[in-house]
Amino acid sequence: MIASGHAGVVSILAASPEDQELFVVERQMNGASRRRSVVMIVLAALALAACAGDDPTNLARVVGGDVPQNSLNPAGPTAAKVDSLFWMVLWIATVIFVLVTLALVFVVFRFRERKGRSRTVRQLHGNTRLEIAWTIIPAVILAAVAVPTISTLFEIRAAPDPEDNALEIEVIGHQWWWEFRYPEYGFTTANEMHIPTGRPVYLTLTSADVIHSFWVPRLSGKRDAVPGRLTNILMEADEPGTYIGQCAEFCGLAHADMRQRVFAQTEAEFAAWALAQTEPAALPTEGAAAAGWETFQTQCTSCHAISGTSATSQLAPNLTHFASRTSFAGATLDNTDDHLRQWLRNPSSLVPMWPERNDLAAGRILGMPDLGLTEQQISELVAFLRTLE
Amino acid sequence: MTGNRGLWHWLTTTDHKKIGKLYGVTALAFFVVGGVEALLIRLQLATPNGEILSADAYNQMFTMHATTMVFLVVMPAAAALTNYFLPILIGARDVAFPRLNALSYWIFLFGGLFLTLSFFVGGAPDGGWFGYAPLSTQVPEVVRMDYWALGLLVLGLASVLSSVNFITTVLTLRAPGMTLMRMPVFAWMATVVSFLLLFSLPIITIGLLQVYLDRNLGTAFFSAAGGGDPILWQHLFWLFGHPEVYVLVLPAMGIVSEVLPTFSRKPLFGRPFVIFSGIAIGFMGFGVWAHHMFTAGLGPVAEAAFALTTMFIAVPTGVKIFNWLGTIWGGSLRLKTPMLFSLGFIFLFVIGGLSGVTHSIAPADSQQHDTYYVVAHFHYVLFGGAVFGLFSGVYYWWPKVTGKLLNERIGKLHFWLMFIGMNLTFAPMHILGLNGMPRRTYRYAEGLGLDLWNLVATVGSFTIAASVAVFFWNAYRTAKRGEVAGNDPWDGRTLEWSISSPPPEHNFDVVPVVHSEDDFWHRKYTEDASGNAIPLAASAQADPGHPETIHLPSPSYYPVLSAAGIFVMVVGLVYLPWGLSVVGGGAVVTLWGLFGWSMEPLTREDHG
Amino acid sequence: MSAAVHEEHAHDPAHIRKVAMWVFLGSECLLFGTLISTFLLYRTRTGDGPTAAEIFDIPFTSISSFILLMSSLTMVLAHHSTGRKDWRQMRVWLVATALLGMTFLAGQVFEFTGFVEEGLTVTTSPFGSSFFVLTSFHGTHVAVGVLMLLVTALMSYTGRWRPDAGMDVELVGLYWHFVDIVWIVIFTVVYLLGV
Repeated sequence: MIASGHAGVVSILAASPEDQELFVVERQMNGASRRRSVVMIVLAALALAACAGDDPTNLARVVGGDVPQNSLNPAGPTAAKVDSLFWMVLWIATVIFVLVTLALVFVVFRFRERKGRSRTVRQLHGNTRLEIAWTIIPAVILAAVAVPTISTLFEIRAAPDPEDNALEIEVIGHQWWWEFRYPEYGFTTANEMHIPTGRPVYLTLTSADVIHSFWVPRLSGKRDAVPGRLTNILMEADEPGTYIGQCAEFCGLAHADMRQRVFAQTEAEFAAWALAQTEPAALPTEGAAAAGWETFQTQCTSCHAISGTSATSQLAPNLTHFASRTSFAGATLDNTDDHLRQWLRNPSSLVPMWPERNDLAAGRILGMPDLGLTEQQISELVAFLRTLE
Repeated sequence: MTGNRGLWHWLTTTDHKKIGKLYGVTALAFFVVGGVEALLIRLQLATPNGEILSADAYNQMFTMHATTMVFLVVMPAAAALTNYFLPILIGARDVAFPRLNALSYWIFLFGGLFLTLSFFVGGAPDGGWFGYAPLSTQVPEVVRMDYWALGLLVLGLASVLSSVNFITTVLTLRAPGMTLMRMPVFAWMATVVSFLLLFSLPIITIGLLQVYLDRNLGTAFFSAAGGGDPILWQHLFWLFGHPEVYVLVLPAMGIVSEVLPTFSRKPLFGRPFVIFSGIAIGFMGFGVWAHHMFTAGLGPVAEAAFALTTMFIAVPTGVKIFNWLGTIWGGSLRLKTPMLFSLGFIFLFVIGGLSGVTHSIAPADSQQHDTYYVVAHFHYVLFGGAVFGLFSGVYYWWPKVTGKLLNERIGKLHFWLMFIGMNLTFAPMHILGLNGMPRRTYRYAEGLGLDLWNLVATVGSFTIAASVAVFFWNAYRTAKRGEVAGNDPWDGRTLEWSISSPPPEHNFDVVPVVHSEDDFWHRKYTEDASGNAIPLAASAQADPGHPETIHLPSPSYYPVLSAAGIFVMVVGLVYLPWGLSVVGGGAVVTLWGLFGWSMEPLTREDHG
Repeated sequence: MSAAVHEEHAHDPAHIRKVAMWVFLGSECLLFGTLISTFLLYRTRTGDGPTAAEIFDIPFTSISSFILLMSSLTMVLAHHSTGRKDWRQMRVWLVATALLGMTFLAGQVFEFTGFVEEGLTVTTSPFGSSFFVLTSFHGTHVAVGVLMLLVTALMSYTGRWRPDAGMDVELVGLYWHFVDIVWIVIFTVVYLLGV
């Protein structure tokens, strides 16, 4: 029943645009499937309650399905430690909930008055022994839970062991994008982070403006990026893959569109990527791309940097290897020519922003302004940006 | 200048019962406003990449939905019931300072109007209801967050004045024989709440002032660039914010502690323990605030300490739940609407409380924080808890206030629709949060697997809306042709059921002399050797009480005048520097009001 | 508690107002506590501006603190006069208290204008911000107290003077002593510990 219900939901990440359209139409037309969904919900709830002995991780997959930001589907040791602690506490809480609910339901049915006929009722005032019992027992349970809680807390907050050769990355939150600096290699990129598998990654976070929060649920819990302070996350990916997340501290207008992608790769692949990122940009000398570079220097360099050139502003994402990224605009938009063109035409049409409130001197950047570019300029800029591998 | 009808009568009343009604009507009106804001949010989130609301509109919606529900609905609804019933429950004729009581209401109303005004002059606050700095101080040219800071300052003032009033009332105006331990639990919870507000509001007053100064004077209390610390704001806010959540739920717990015994025909089980656990929650509530900051980088030692204190505040909460179960056990349960809402409270609050315990597990909270899991938690405790408790009180006390009983069948429909709707809306949010949906996001992408549960939640929210409509229909229908209630429709246990429905202006013809807890019940019944209740003959129920001349406070227009002056002042403060003249004008009005007040005698005449 | 005793004590308006003043002062403790905590957090964040050691003039502030302390003495004397129903003496001491309070305020104004000239303003640094906000809050409380003292003294001339005048003066006294105690804390924590 649950599996067929899931078929009704459809994993859209894998589907093509046409499938998505079909899915929407199908859902609109099919009231029966909606009823089935309701039944599915109820039965799922009952199934959850009944599956007391099952492996929690399997339940998590049932609940979450193909869910890229599912914190219940950990892909690394930090997230896994947190996940197992959570499930332990959740089971205890569920047992307590079931017991209390059963007691409540039992009492209501057993002692309810029928047809306005009241009974003689003993006026019990209390029972001190019971009071002591139901004060001490919950306290003892909580004390027991406190032990793994505190030990896990210190574990995940610890700085990495020097022996583990953790990769250090600096994360700087901006409105509404992420800046990633790799101090060991000396390059800066934006919104997309590559990490090697099987080795801890130690993030040091701060913010250039307001408080943000870095969160890739399958790899670790979140941590706030606070201006004027440094915070840390220790995370690691077990397997190569793509792990996505989003900003988790309200940071203004486009908070919902401030996302990140983490690509976990084998050591060799990671090293190759990092090496390529350290290369300065190879600037084009002819054609539309070269014209685009000229336009870039007049229109874009007050905010964007390209290493190896005189464009060094850190107010907006570093574009040195822009073409090597799969997404842009806070990892909200896939890095396609269409998206890029529309972005250059009118950035606020794709992501809500307030460039009119920009104050470059004070470092307050609330979006990319509409630069009033002509279509020709846009084509040339796109051609140029595509050379930035 | 007295009369019993008309606008002037309501503007100048100092009668705690009328002030209670004013709070109640205002809270209900804002409940609709906050509810509409919620429905718009749910419509936007029903599908991925929704286009019902722009990002800007959405951010204002969620900020104002929360601000409205917390400050303009739940708190004033509790204030309504406290205002109306606290004096009666302790056998008094009014609160200690009737004109101050009126002032609190008018300041509250003007504060709510001030916040609402923002919608019409460029946009409502959009920084979240807890306004984290430096986002709240980032754009001084746009006045939205000035409305927020000043609005909360005004509302806080109203609450502090109320707290002074209620605490003084409880300490000095109890009827003869009404010792503190004989006070009804609702009165106790109102007292604890008053202390919580008394001590927590000053902290956020300073914080809000500092936000205002950062925005308008160029200080850097919370700006890292200027040497300040954004985390200080979080500490100041949550030092208020956490006691505030107990302010929101303790009155409802007090109501449940009155309703369950009445409708079980048994006294509250473990009464002293219920009272002491309420006091314990109040104290411990000041020691857990940083559990809202587990991801802010406080360091593992601080996080561990707050994880522990947060875990242990579950103990007194559990004590209450178990005592409520002990109350209904062995009783004769009349499942009328007030009782259904109180039973629903227990079920829903247990869920919310347990999800709260999972939050206290700091490492786990690093996944839950700022996601829909938190939204689920606090709606279970605030909606399933506070709102259900308040509705229990509304149905319980409606006959006393209006003289008519709300219809039972419609009431049960309201309850079941609300119960189902509530669970349908907020249960899926636990899953959404664990599946990676952060809070305060105006849209979510396709392909995140969040679609189904968001749709379910939206359906649930409209079910809640339907249930609220049913309630209003019940209220309207009852006004037209409701069943007359009489003094004591529920065979009640406490003093309010000993007087007429509605009560006379002076509450008690004769101030009662109290001999025990549940004093009114003991006038109707006695207990035999095995503890069973035996009704007493009617003649045995007469009580000479404590005759005295009745002094009633006279109406006064100085409270509403002073409050109006404050309203004018804060409007001026939003629009500095030219607003300075407006501030001056408002100050003159307020000072005139306060001065006239100090010269005015409290009572004009005696009522024999 | 017998009914008669309860009625006599509890419903006495003077007693009720005294309870209310104590409750209100409890709230004020948290208000000043928050301001002082903010100051303690920011007292070393002086940015480019002067530090506490550079700018405070302890001898001067000690004198104005002494003046405020003396005003508490005159306040006690005013209350004592009401016990003897000596309204004339009461007025004298009330006005004396007010004058001492105003002298203290004048000293504050003088001190702060000096600080501004020496480069410490409310926007210079978090130290400056928290210092001025804290002391201004206190100064405002003193000013309100001075107002209450003068109004009480004035009202004693009119026919509205109530038989429980002792309570009104006692209430003002409670407030005044509280404001004084807060100043002792501020003087110690901000000035003495700052240098």
